[in-house]
This record gives sequence, structure tokens and C-alpha cells, in this order.
Amino acid sequence: MITFATALVLTSVALPVRAQGVIQGEGGAVAGPPQPAGLSGSWVSPLTEAALERNAGPIIGDWTGMPINEAARARAQSYAPGSLAEPENVCHFYTQWHFADTVYPLGIVAVTGGPTNEVLAWKILPKEDIPPMTIWMDGNGPPPPSKIADHHRGAYTVGHWEGNMLVAYTRDMKAGMARRNGAFVSDEATMTSFFILHGSSRMTAVYTLQDPLYLTQPYVYSRAYERVVGGPNSFGYPPCIPTFNGVSEGQVIVHLPGQNKDLDYMMRHFHIPEYASRGGADTMYPAFRDKLKADYLKLYHTFSKKCTFLCSPGGSDGE
Amino acid sequence: MLNTILNSSTGTALVLLVLLAAGKAVHAQGPGRPSGPPPTAEAAAPIDLTGYWESVVTEDWRMRMVTPRPGDYQNIPLRPAGLQVMDAWDPAKDTAAGLQCKSFGAPIIMNVPEHLHITWQDGQTLKLQTDAGEQTRLFHFVPSTAAAHGPRTWQGYSQAAWQIPRRGRGGESKTAWGELKVTTSDLQAGYLRKNGVPYSEQAQMLEYYDLVRLQEGNGQWVMMVDTEIVTDPVYLTRTLLTTAQFQKQPSGTGWEPSACSAMW
Repeated sequence: MITFATALVLTSVALPVRAQGVIQGEGGAVAGPPQPAGLSGSWVSPLTEAALERNAGPIIGDWTGMPINEAARARAQSYAPGSLAEPENVCHFYTQWHFADTVYPLGIVAVTGGPTNEVLAWKILPKEDIPPMTIWMDGNGPPPPSKIADHHRGAYTVGHWEGNMLVAYTRDMKAGMARRNGAFVSDEATMTSFFILHGSSRMTAVYTLQDPLYLTQPYVYSRAYERVVGGPNSFGYPPCIPTFNGVSEGQVIVHLPGQNKDLDYMMRHFHIPEYASRGGADTMYPAFRDKLKADYLKLYHTFSKKCTFLCSPGGSDGE
Repeated sequence: MLNTILNSSTGTALVLLVLLAAGKAVHAQGPGRPSGPPPTAEAAAPIDLTGYWESVVTEDWRMRMVTPRPGDYQNIPLRPAGLQVMDAWDPAKDTAAGLQCKSFGAPIIMNVPEHLHITWQDGQTLKLQTDAGEQTRLFHFVPSTAAAHGPRTWQGYSQAAWQIPRRGRGGESKTAWGELKVTTSDLQAGYLRKNGVPYSEQAQMLEYYDLVRLQEGNGQWVMMVDTEIVTDPVYLTRTLLTTAQFQKQPSGTGWEPSACSAMW
């Protein structure tokens, strides 16, 4: 006779087999859909893409490929790096968007709990001053929008799985930089991130930023990551804290309109005309090359045959 | 009678076993596993990559949108042998030798600002055409031997496979999903960058094509992201990882074929 207990044992043996599933493809079957162990770990994106942007930081006055509007451009052109010493600006780099252009690894951990120890949230931890991104998976959705609620640097993120892709939606962000040379996003910006697992050792993340105040279209970064075997997934870095950096109260460090002498920096060093470096959605698309072609190639034969400024792989060699 | 069965432990056990057996039966059938020959790659496609796509260049702009300065190899882990080749770059010489397409080979073509047109050539071959450089990549889903790959070409030979997970557990995966995995070999040596940063004929490339969707106003942005992993034991010190983004287009408007150019 089969007892109730025996039936439960059989059931419990059968269920995990069903839950694992397989991915069909080259190299045989691999585990999936993603279990907590698939996403959690330490992930690094080598500096073979956007090295300068992520390492030393972008070129002054380079807003190429950014769908910024006139308001964003005016603010960016007034930006002076020294303004970061003002207490209210100290943390402007460290919004949740900075996950997209940080040079450091991401540590990803699952927060589990409840009676069945399910994943309640994923935490993405950078090795820098960005507050962790906590992606809530409990299906409750974000709290209702509020015009008066304070936003904090960790913002609010909810997520769900689509196959091997974790989709995360971030709201209630602090205002800060979308590119670390003065291109701002407002606190009305939202971010949608896609973390796509390719087997167990590779991941692609697609980060998209939408901002009704400063962007005319979504701004998109994509990044390829490799798993760091044995690497840490918890870095224990404290988030940025506004501090006094020597700028006295009442002092505002800014370029007044028409007085920023660095707006031709891209032309001086890279022969990129200002109508391109000032950015805008049209600079993101192939047709913009037609505008540039004659102006750029006219000068190309005058370029130095030996590259001496920002030429090597890591993007950190100096002037 | 039913109440009597359910109220006994043996009865409950039987009911559990019946439910379990029923579940197994449903699971064993599985979606998309009818008897008969396996479906073609086109029929089995978990995502639709066909149609017109346009590059979205938001990063490494001055490496992609214009011909980079001579000697600029930022991002690329070049060996000394690669530096020598790069320093000897001469676009006029390439043009004279009929090698204008060296900077339109598979390891760079997806990073060239361009439009793509993707169609099924047949049920087992996906065709990707570019307007920039008028290149054609063929993704073969049926395995073949190396001997069948033919001579080395700018686009090489690409073997393709869908990566299809089963429907996930409750709460984890509610949407059909999959990606395209492509491995490319048999390449003719060319440039990883317009300014002569080289790859050798020993280079190989692994790619993943994924779709992401974003709500924008009343519409939807559909984007295809190509993750490229290039290895080259001759000129690279490590794998070269890059990504390229493409926005879905409603039509072929903007499709402007242009021949390979060594300079632009």
C-alpha cells in the first residue's frame, strides 16, 4: 500500500526535476531557466568597449550620440567640473544610471526569504559609490507616484524574468549625470535595464534611460560581461555622502552662457566639429555621417600620423 | 464515495499520485514537440529578427561614426604584432589592391553605422544584409563540415543555433524567450577598426542576438542587441567583447546601399 508519506516523497523528488528545465543549443543542455545561482556572482565588463567613458571619464564637451534636448544642452554647456566640490553636487555621478558606465565589476546577490525561501529581490552591488540597486521581485510593483516624496540615490526598482532575461524598471531616481561631463538627467527620469544571461559565464546588460525633461528619445547603453570565477559578489562600499569640499557657501562654479571655452575641445583634439559634439538624437543614427563626411575627411590628411593622446586600450593615458 | 476516499490517507495519496502522473504526462508532451520531422529553424524561431534595423550609436562614437585618428586603438587589446600592422595602414594602398572591404568583415561589420535587412534565405538559413559596404552574412542552422565552408571570405562561415529555454517556473518566466547564437570562422584577414587595427584569418567570433522591448510614449521601441566576442591568437591579447544596438524600422526607408570604402 502506498501511504500518504510515500506519495509526498515521490512528489518532492519529481518537482525539482521539472523546475530546472533546459536550454537547447550548441554544446549540449545547460541549466536554465535561471536559478539564483545563474545570475548571482561577480561580473566584469572588460575595457574593450567605452573604455574612456568608463575609466578616465568622457571628453569635455562630448555629447555625441546622446539624445539630449536644448535644455539639457544648455545645462551641459554651463557645467564646470569644479562644481562637483559643492556639497549638493558631490554625488552627482552616482545615480543608478552609473551602473551602466562604471569600470568596476557588478556583484549580484539574491535576497531570499519567505516560507519557500524564494527570491524576494536581486541586489546589484558596484565597487564604487553608487548605492546598490535592489530589484524587488515580489510582484507588488512600485508605490504610487508622488510629486512630494523624497527620492533617494538607491531609487526604487521592480523586476521580472522573461526567459533568461531579468527586466528591471527603476523609478524615483535622484537627478544626476547621464554622462560624466555635465549631461544631466532629471529626477523624473526612469531606467529600464535588461540583464541577459548567455549560459553560465556570460551576460549582456542593456541599460535604457528615459527622461521627459532632458531626453528626446531613450538613451541606450549595452555592455558585455564575463563571470569572474571565485570573484566577490559583495564589495561593502558605502554609497556617496555629500560632504564639504572647500567651496564656501554662496559660491557657484559654473560657466555662464557663451563663456565655456572648452566647447571646441572635441574639434581641437579629435577633429569632431561642434555641430556633432553638441549631441542630439540625430547624432545617434547612420545618416548623420553624411553631414560629417566632407568636413571630416577634408582635414584627415592633416592629422598626426602618430597618435599621442588617449590612444591606448585602457582609455587612461594622459595628455 | 468520493468523500470517503478523500478523507482517508490512502485516498489522498492516490489522488496525489494521479495528479502527479497527469502532470508528468502533460510535461512529457511539451509544446512544440509533435511527432514527425523537426521543424525548420525558421519555424522554430523563438524570436523574430527579420525586417529592417538601424544602428543606434551611443558609445565609442568617434571610433564608429568617423574614421578614427591613425594609431588610435583605444579599447582594443592589441599585441605588438598588431601595432605594427596598424602603423602601416595605408587606405590608398588597400584601395589600389582592391581590399576596400577590409574594414567591413564580420568582426567589425555590426559596429559600422548602417541599416540591416534580415530575411530567411530558406528555412535553415538566415540572411543578414548591410547597406554599408553591401555585405551579406549567412547564418547556417544545419551543421556542416569545415570542408563545406568554402574559401575564406570577409564574412566567413557562420553556424547558427537558437537558444530556447523551456517556459520557466511560475513567477519567473511568463513570456516566450530565446536568443540566436552564431559562431563565425573561415574569415579573410581584415580590420577591427577603420584605421587599420587588424584581425588575422585565425580570428573567430561568437555572437548572441537578443531582442529587448521598451515602452516609449504610446509606442514600443524594439531593439536588437548583438553581443560580439572576438578571439584572435595572432593580434589580440584577450577576447574582444563589444555590443551593437539596432532599432527596428517599420520599412526599408533609409536603406542606402554604399560600396566598401577604405577611407570612410
